[in-house]
Amino acid sequence: MRKVAVVGAGMTLFRRRLQETGKELSFEATRMALDAAKMEIGDVDAVIHGTAPDAFDGVHMKGEYLLDGSGGRRKPYMRVFTGGGTGVFSTIAGYWHVASGLADVALVVNEEKMSSCQPHPQSVFAHIWDPILDRPLKPNLVWIFAMEMNRYMTVHGIPYEDIARVAVKNKRNAVGHPCAQLADPNITLEDVMNSELMAWPVRRLDISPPSDGAAAVVLASEDVVRKRKLRDQAAWIKGVGWCIDSTMWTDRDLFFPEYVNRAAKMAYKQAKITSPRKEIDFAEPYDPFDYKELHHLEGLGLADKGKAGLMTREGITERDGDFPVCPSGGLLGVGNPIAATLGLKVGELYWQLTGQAGKRQIPNEVHTGVTQAWGDLMQYGCVVVMGA
Amino acid sequence: MKVGIVGVGITPFRPSTPEFSWKELMYDGAQRAYADAGIDPRTDVDSFITCAEDYYEGFGIFDEFTPDQLGAVLRPMHTVGGDGIQGLANAYMQIQSGLAEVVVVESHSKASDILTFNGIVAHGLDPIWNKPLGGHPNYIAGLEMDAFLRGSGNTAKDCAHIAAGNRQAALLNSAAAYGARVTPEQVTASPALWAPLRSLDASVPADGCVVLVLAGEKAAHKMEAPPVWIQGIGWASDSPSLETREWVSPQYARLAAAMAYRLAKVRAPAGAFDLAEVDDKFSYKELQHLEALGLAKRGQSGKMARRGDLDGNGRLPTNVSGGSLGCGNVLDASGLHRAAEAALQIRGDAGKHQVDGAKRAVVQSWRGLPTATGAVAILGASG
Repeated sequence: MRKVAVVGAGMTLFRRRLQETGKELSFEATRMALDAAKMEIGDVDAVIHGTAPDAFDGVHMKGEYLLDGSGGRRKPYMRVFTGGGTGVFSTIAGYWHVASGLADVALVVNEEKMSSCQPHPQSVFAHIWDPILDRPLKPNLVWIFAMEMNRYMTVHGIPYEDIARVAVKNKRNAVGHPCAQLADPNITLEDVMNSELMAWPVRRLDISPPSDGAAAVVLASEDVVRKRKLRDQAAWIKGVGWCIDSTMWTDRDLFFPEYVNRAAKMAYKQAKITSPRKEIDFAEPYDPFDYKELHHLEGLGLADKGKAGLMTREGITERDGDFPVCPSGGLLGVGNPIAATLGLKVGELYWQLTGQAGKRQIPNEVHTGVTQAWGDLMQYGCVVVMGA
Repeated sequence: MKVGIVGVGITPFRPSTPEFSWKELMYDGAQRAYADAGIDPRTDVDSFITCAEDYYEGFGIFDEFTPDQLGAVLRPMHTVGGDGIQGLANAYMQIQSGLAEVVVVESHSKASDILTFNGIVAHGLDPIWNKPLGGHPNYIAGLEMDAFLRGSGNTAKDCAHIAAGNRQAALLNSAAAYGARVTPEQVTASPALWAPLRSLDASVPADGCVVLVLAGEKAAHKMEAPPVWIQGIGWASDSPSLETREWVSPQYARLAAAMAYRLAKVRAPAGAFDLAEVDDKFSYKELQHLEALGLAKRGQSGKMARRGDLDGNGRLPTNVSGGSLGCGNVLDASGLHRAAEAALQIRGDAGKHQVDGAKRAVVQSWRGLPTATGAVAILGASG
């Protein structure tokens, strides 16, 4: 199997409402990633696009619509879609474009423009349910995640403040991020715990915001890295894994994300990692809700079941802690333009591993990182392990 | 590493399928493919891929609804927002890169569930420049047909020949939805709804599901069905904007073919294949694609059709399955259906429309209006 490296990354501002069109956002992220990789669009053999529901932008076949902004015109162009998992999954698809030998340089572009969906993108989520069993109940995402959070807290006896601490940490971490939408250097645990109750036990500050934005990464084969002298700015993809659970979310115990665990095991096997907590230096798990960071740390095998909250309480997951988690500021701090969270996940691993994270740089030396995204109906996990 | 198609499942295409949900249709296609390959999806498959679009399916996130009916629960699986041959390309790359040995690719159409098909197609147009113009979206095909006929020298009569011939051919295909005795004169007499495009020049949607099982060389030899090898695969997109794409000679088809030919080491495509399955969602598209793929000289594809070169016993049997005009437009399953048909032909399992001695085939897809995206695969009895 050919080795594949990330050699450049870019992302736009994340904001509740950006003036640019989706094509323009894609173009900006693409331009930044190509500049960082010292390449032009002519150097790219294939483009992989990630974007979540078509209904956000309100365009059928949204991947086709966005392709010229993403540099896909007259190229092999592939859109992959795994719901919220797309944020990390498109890089996995990019990985097999290069690892298979069909492309030497692949450009991965993810875009999301949720503000086009009026009055609020939550209305799209009315149409993600089984039309017979679920939809008549008029569920929305906040309340099903409230069920999952409640189950997770109840099974392990986790106090709410252990969960709310994650929101405080990530919103503070985001202060160093130039794209951040909800960074807050002064936020306190009390602010989160006293914020508006949305659907018990979920409060407003437990949730990441809807956002517009785009992000891109450039992947290259080992040959290209050598020929173009990019070794100093290359972070290697060591392992990839992905897994989907049943559509019937009501039929599984929500306290543990088995699908994330299986995706992680697949990625660790390829990366030859046997004890993840020891061999991995930091993590960027998907954190659209604060409890999800903890849930995912357990799914990734980085914390024992029910114990991830203790890691936050003890400061282990702070940027200067023993095991930094979401040093980017995550979705909670920087924003959640679904697929474009690529820039916070794969992008942050890349910037941290190549020492380009600026104010967010983890003070301890880091050699190996893991990132993960989560999607569909509490159902999809995908994992990428990268090394310097 | 060689990658082969080792299992084929095609449900019969129908104008509507009230007795099956889309989920049951997927199950039906999958169990046919698994039986053909002799595999249990729960233990013998490493990765699953489905090719689908949210708006066609009527869901906010269709990816959620894919695993159960394919036996893919708690397994690697993902959706491609693309055509079935693009799905095959992902499977091909997963196997080539060593991530998987056996991969399942699924695509289906439950077009009969779509109440406003043309509205959805129009919803794929640029929301600022094009969609506000309104009208039935087939007007774009009418404009393109006009540009193609003027630019290439083919005629509307040539197109009528394709529209009639493919529907006739479909009479021999038990899986086709729209086989009929139609003459070129009847096509020419049908209303020119989007002049010069006439109503019988256009395919109509059908329901159906196609599932293929792919395997790397080692695993392929353990399967029950004989492997049909993917010798080359390619895909490409031209500009999504109507104003800046190439209208006479489709660049997506030319570029996708160039990529597939490069991998398959095909230098002179015109004489390289025993069989072609090329997209014919509109009659002129078959001619346009034959020329873009280098299977006909520019302006000569129409003559080939009239000479009988494209018939089952002709020089290059093309769309002997009946194509989209005869089988029905199964949306993003159309390309996967072409690959499935070619695989059955190469195995000698195509039934009444079997082409004698078919050993190597080229298949090509176009994603339909309003896209400029397509893919090409070269299949053969030998690697």
